[in-house]
Amino acid sequence: MTAADAYDLECTGVSKDFGDFRAVDDVSFRIPSGTFFSILGPSGCGKTTLMRMIAGFEDPSAGEISIKGKSVLSVPPNKRNVKMVFQHLALFPMMNVYENIAYGLRCAGASKDEIARKVADVLERVALPDLARREIHQLSGGQKQRIAIARCMALNPDVLLLDEPLGALDLKLREAMKIELKLLQNQFDTTFVYITHDQSEALVMSDYVAVMNAGRFEQVGRPEELYHAPETAFVAGFVGDSNRWQGRAVDVQGGEVKVETEAGLTVVGTPRGAREITPGAAVEVFIRPEFVTASPLDAAPPQPAAENTVRGKVDGVLFNGANSRVLVRGPAGDLIEADVVVTGGPQDLREGDAVRLDWASAQTMCFAS
Amino acid sequence: MSADAKRLSLILLFAPFALWISLLIILPHIGMVALSLREKVAPRVYEFGFGNYIDFINEPIYWNTLLRTGSMSLLVTVLALLIGFPVAYYIAKIAGKRSRGALFLMCLIPLWVSDLIRAFGWILLLRETGVVSSVLIWSGMTTEGIEFLYNDVTVVVGLVYTVILFMIVPLVSTLDGMGDDMIEAGYNLGGNTLTVLRRIIIPYAMPGIVAGCIVVFMLTAGSYLTPILLGGKNSSWFTEQIYDQFITRFNWESGAAFGILLLAFTSFVVWLGLRLSGQSLANTVAKT
Amino acid sequence: MAKANTNRALMFGYRSYVVAFFIFLAAPLVAAGSFAFNDSLFPALPWQGFTLDWFFNDTEPKLGMFHDRRLLRGLYYSFVIALMVSALSVAVGTTNAFLFVRRDFPFKNVFYIMMIVPLVIPGVILGISILVLASNIANSMENRFELELEFLRPGLFLVVMGQFSFITTITSLVITARLRKFDQSLEEAALNLGAGHARVLRTITLPFLRPAMIAAGIVAFLVSFENFNTTLFLVGSESPLTITMYDRMAKVGSTPVLNAVSFFLMVGSGMLALISVAVQRPPRSD
Repeated sequence: MTAADAYDLECTGVSKDFGDFRAVDDVSFRIPSGTFFSILGPSGCGKTTLMRMIAGFEDPSAGEISIKGKSVLSVPPNKRNVKMVFQHLALFPMMNVYENIAYGLRCAGASKDEIARKVADVLERVALPDLARREIHQLSGGQKQRIAIARCMALNPDVLLLDEPLGALDLKLREAMKIELKLLQNQFDTTFVYITHDQSEALVMSDYVAVMNAGRFEQVGRPEELYHAPETAFVAGFVGDSNRWQGRAVDVQGGEVKVETEAGLTVVGTPRGAREITPGAAVEVFIRPEFVTASPLDAAPPQPAAENTVRGKVDGVLFNGANSRVLVRGPAGDLIEADVVVTGGPQDLREGDAVRLDWASAQTMCFAS
Repeated sequence: MSADAKRLSLILLFAPFALWISLLIILPHIGMVALSLREKVAPRVYEFGFGNYIDFINEPIYWNTLLRTGSMSLLVTVLALLIGFPVAYYIAKIAGKRSRGALFLMCLIPLWVSDLIRAFGWILLLRETGVVSSVLIWSGMTTEGIEFLYNDVTVVVGLVYTVILFMIVPLVSTLDGMGDDMIEAGYNLGGNTLTVLRRIIIPYAMPGIVAGCIVVFMLTAGSYLTPILLGGKNSSWFTEQIYDQFITRFNWESGAAFGILLLAFTSFVVWLGLRLSGQSLANTVAKT
Repeated sequence: MAKANTNRALMFGYRSYVVAFFIFLAAPLVAAGSFAFNDSLFPALPWQGFTLDWFFNDTEPKLGMFHDRRLLRGLYYSFVIALMVSALSVAVGTTNAFLFVRRDFPFKNVFYIMMIVPLVIPGVILGISILVLASNIANSMENRFELELEFLRPGLFLVVMGQFSFITTITSLVITARLRKFDQSLEEAALNLGAGHARVLRTITLPFLRPAMIAAGIVAFLVSFENFNTTLFLVGSESPLTITMYDRMAKVGSTPVLNAVSFFLMVGSGMLALISVAVQRPPRSD
């Protein structure tokens, strides 16, 4: 295996302008073979445009796109071996399941027997072997999803693009389909490029996630890296929940930053990101609720003592089973979220209780802004 | 697609449209204007002039006919709206899901039968030896046959009958698009039937109303068969004058002038209607 | 259903009004149709008994429509004209739909309004304007080049052109409405699966448009079949049925054979209309 074909998809300096508007701005990345790769970003960040360029529906204004080491810029969309699952799936309503899957094979000039064999095979692999003669409008949401993937996989693509295909499903089905998609990707062993604005989809399914914002890639990494070691304030804020404060650095020493927030709270954190924080600089501070411990005032303080401690009063309890939270009104008057375990017993925190919040400086992420 | 291919395909798509509109609509109308501005000074000798239009103004029968055609068309339009609106509202909003489609179809059935047959039906019903007259004699309400044909009321009834479907169809399709929740919200906020009708339903249906009125007015003013067959030879409809000039007198120049006048007059009325109702041709007629 | 909080009497009155309206709609059609079966020489009461003579009898004075040569010829010409008009107008309507839905070009709105205008021009005026233009061209060709262009004289060709001139607006609007509902990602999906542009058009887009094209074709056929105003000025020796019937009514006076033709046309149009509704109906999803 040469270095080139270790990567199924490679983009170098890709940009796209629509008039004065730069939708995609100098994006570069490579995706190793057989990876589940997600592009995560808010709507309008350019992720759909980027994918349409990979599929060939748009031409990049600048840059290079290669598949299996070969440039595809001059290859029309119907000749690229990149298949796509559309946002609303785009199953052909005038054809049944068999015809839908056979469509691409017919275009490729496959023989009748070969088509029949491949359709049966791919239906087997998506675990819907008996649906070949169904009409599209007779399928359930999850079945449509799988047929849309099967239609692409029948053609053995180098890369499968998925454009928020779970968006139209209801919550329960979406949760189930996340796992199913991951399993399908494993089974087909094909590179999936998955576009979404839903961070939980991206984190659960992906080997690698690229976070995109305003046409640029903010960070590419494994899901846990993005979560625990975000490189920019945008990633820290977009991936996962956080308490978030704007403030000013008052002291920088020994790998720690002391920040005074706009509300008047003083917190100690660690500097993150590429830009250095100097005293007096504007800073954004993020601390995830699961790293904030809320305890009654009479409980023993944590050992070793946390770098940050504040006292406050419980403003509200957001009960959500294992993901329950309390909202605590801090000394500066702002609300701080902390994860708590709600057992239903007498020791649970209740509205109005006085509490102490502790969190470590190591998990308090500070970005120069 | 490359830029060149795109351009070529645009030209190919545009060509049929351009040929159709220019050869069958624009050029013929220009030709008609040119013809109407030609005066016959001697056999086979013509010169430019407004003579045909001056003849029109100098002859009260002509412009009376045009005004009569216009005002009766307006009357037919108003009647079609008043009669058709409740029916359209019933079909779109009150009838059950099942009967709605059937009622709509029933409305359309007369549409697929030619003017001629519809007028023929009315003749069979209304003439002196017709069904209505026979029934009246049979029931003893009258001893002699009554002629219901050849008067203005019959012409108006016949015209309303011929065109009312073109009022109902756009009305049903706009009313259909209006959510029931909007009407319910109107009642819920304290409106009574009249205010809901006036403040919510009618404003919402306005594009449909205007579209229906335009089509009905133009069809009525341009109709030929119904006034002739139901109104007889003296129904004085303007299209009859045009036919007369063209076919009977073989005076094409004057016939063309009459055609232009009818077109200008009806367009003016439609333009006025659009101005007064604040609608445009594209969002009314095109939508239905 | 909208909640009408009106009392019962009012609702009853409303329903009666709607029923009365439909009786009004049906009355002349019933009259025109039913006298076809009256065993009498005149389409009038009293009822003389049921007969099918006005359809099938082959001798005067009760010559049935299927033995009346002039009526049959009219029917034939109407049929030929309607076929040509619907084929042409569906073809141009389809290209117009693609032009106005898929493409952007300068003055698009102006052109769109121009596309609608023929529908509101009185039919009589369309007829005479096309007659005038065709005659002008034919005359000047004859005078200058001694070229006799027979097709520009009143006849089949001009009738087809005259009807085509406004029926195309109807077909364009019907097909445009359908194309607007088309989800373009279906085309992209087909391209993505490896189809060329021609194949996408043939296997995806046109099948999607087909119901609208069939419906538009049927509407065009019916409108052409029943057209009188435009045809009147352009007709030559090949009179379509409506013109033949009109001549018959005006010159000979009405006999029940005209009722028979009316009945025949009503049944035929009704069936076509039902087909056009059936093809437009979306498949039931369950």
